[in-house]
Amino acid sequence: MAKMNMIQAINSAHDVMLEKDSSVVVFGEDVGYFGGVFNATEGLQEKHGIQRVFDTPIAEGGIIALAIGMGVNDLRPVTEIQFSDYIYPAFDQIVSEASRLRYRSGGEYWAPITIRTPCGGGIRGGQTHSQSPEGIFTHVSGIKTIMASNPYDAKGLLISAIEDDDPVVFFEPKRLYNGPFYGDPKQPAQSWENHVKGEVPEGYYTIPIGKAETVRSGSDLTIVTYGTMVHVSLAAAEMSGYDVEVIDLRTLTPLDIDHIASSVCRTGRCIVVHEATKTGGFGAEILSQIQEECFWKLEAPIERVAGWDIPYPHAFEWEYFPGQGRVLDAIKIVMEG
Amino acid sequence: MAKKPTTKKNTFKKTTKSGKVAARRKPVKPKVFKATPDELKDFYREMLMMRRFEEKAGQMYGMGLIGGFCHLYIGQEAVVTGIQSTLKYGDTILTSYRDHAHMLACKIDPKVIMAELTGRETGISKGKGGSMHMFSVEHGFYGGHGIVAAQVPIGAGLGFAHKYRGTDNVSVVYFGDGAANQGQIYETFNMAELWSLPVIFVIENNQYAMGTAVRRASSEIELHKRGESFRIPGEAVDGMDVLAVREAAARAVDWCRAGNGPMLLEMNTYRYRGHSMSDPAKYRSKEEVQKMRAEHDPIDQVKQRLLDGNIMSEEEMKAIDKEIKTIVAAAAQFAQDSAEPAPHELYTDVLVAE
Repeated sequence: MAKMNMIQAINSAHDVMLEKDSSVVVFGEDVGYFGGVFNATEGLQEKHGIQRVFDTPIAEGGIIALAIGMGVNDLRPVTEIQFSDYIYPAFDQIVSEASRLRYRSGGEYWAPITIRTPCGGGIRGGQTHSQSPEGIFTHVSGIKTIMASNPYDAKGLLISAIEDDDPVVFFEPKRLYNGPFYGDPKQPAQSWENHVKGEVPEGYYTIPIGKAETVRSGSDLTIVTYGTMVHVSLAAAEMSGYDVEVIDLRTLTPLDIDHIASSVCRTGRCIVVHEATKTGGFGAEILSQIQEECFWKLEAPIERVAGWDIPYPHAFEWEYFPGQGRVLDAIKIVMEG
Repeated sequence: MAKKPTTKKNTFKKTTKSGKVAARRKPVKPKVFKATPDELKDFYREMLMMRRFEEKAGQMYGMGLIGGFCHLYIGQEAVVTGIQSTLKYGDTILTSYRDHAHMLACKIDPKVIMAELTGRETGISKGKGGSMHMFSVEHGFYGGHGIVAAQVPIGAGLGFAHKYRGTDNVSVVYFGDGAANQGQIYETFNMAELWSLPVIFVIENNQYAMGTAVRRASSEIELHKRGESFRIPGEAVDGMDVLAVREAAARAVDWCRAGNGPMLLEMNTYRYRGHSMSDPAKYRSKEEVQKMRAEHDPIDQVKQRLLDGNIMSEEEMKAIDKEIKTIVAAAAQFAQDSAEPAPHELYTDVLVAE
């Protein structure tokens, strides 16, 4: 086991797969020579060559379309969209092409592409460097969506994503790259150094797509969450005085509803927490499925904690960001009515 | 009431009797712009203001007063200064996220810019836009756009509206060498020429798209040629020399005002700092930066002309610098003294009605 932060773990996943499978190619803006703006691909071009790890022009639509063509022709492309806020020029290719090739060709061909993209706020990036657009992609049939919350999961999930034969959009909450973030900006920055999920095997391993993980066991209520909000929810759970169970979804689609339902049916209470805006967010889907599975076991209405329904603001980052206080308020409502 | 078009511009393509599209006319080749002493002084003052403002912004970022992203314009001052000096009331400009100097060039008060950078309620976008997203319709400044190349088609739209209303105003849209590879640029080129829109496309080629040098990501590195297959005339300009910029810009503006359609200017320039404050710029050598600073600095070039022409003495220039530093310091103080926006502002300006 090695100590890794999330960037190192992601870098290692690339390295392992470039080593293991000669059809893997890695590309994106600043990915090759520069090693990525977050250093996620640092050193890979030097080690694996410019044929396999390379820079692209700033052209997201082109990057993803190219990956699809490569994927259809037996390569296994791993692309980086530098910020998930930049993904929209590629949206047409992801929705109209990547997600539907298998279906419309009757299973004849498909595109095994991985689209890595840093997401989320907490770095004062304002509206074009802070968004959490996962809900736009979870709505699309034919792609898988993942959001990792720690180095260990990030590496194992990314390897699974690269090996997966379907298109995967792989979200990386950039606030977590260097350490867990518990939602309080006044606390000193944490590192992954002493975190159990900062222990990462150096070689190959996978974490299955479609499997959630219970990261805190409890009997009073269940928090269902993912990404940065896993850590915020854990901190709020600790402070709440209640015996709170926290589930990290890890994969958003396909959703591990069995795992969620068995927890919620046991605790009878549930809060869904995400950083993305509330209306039409993925939380609404989670809530709806829980309601379908657990309605008769519920002791209280399910609460949602999410970003406000506004563009991500520059000035009010911590008013916008759903921090511990908002999770605690929700816990109080669900437990005390 | 909108003024009637002063030019007899045709909306349709120029065709000959044989029905073929006529050869594209090119603007006449440049003469060097002969600035008057006052014009030189103005260029000096404006560019120095930009530089001092950006230096202060860099400091404030270092102090944690500006958060997130902050892209400095230091080194590129001649581009916007030269171009802006050819524009008139009613013309519009828009640019990318490296936008502070463009706002200063539009004569926007440094105070409200600095207040926006620091996310204060007195900021030009009420603190809600930040460094990359600032706007002032009053000054013809339509942003400040954080997404690479997204402003370019919007610039064509502004140009369309100028033409539609029958004015001879032009739309100037600035973008970088990195943006020049985005597909939407080429959709825009086609429409702009097809409909003869008064748009000046200004590529600020500072040689690096974030960390990627032009040659690593562009098949044709002479970016002024990028409009050729759309029949848009293009020209490469020494973007470190404000007089060269001014000369080329004036011709482009005349070309557009006369209803000839769009024009493309590639400004070869250089940014001294990283792509943003968080970029250590490890993709280029210190020597390269030093050489540009020493040999091509846009402010030093004007300074030398002022001295050579006996227009200003070193002392007079120092006095201007001092005055500018005072203005910039006041802007920084204003920003720090301003309150952060009230939380209820979170939900204002999302849709038209509250």
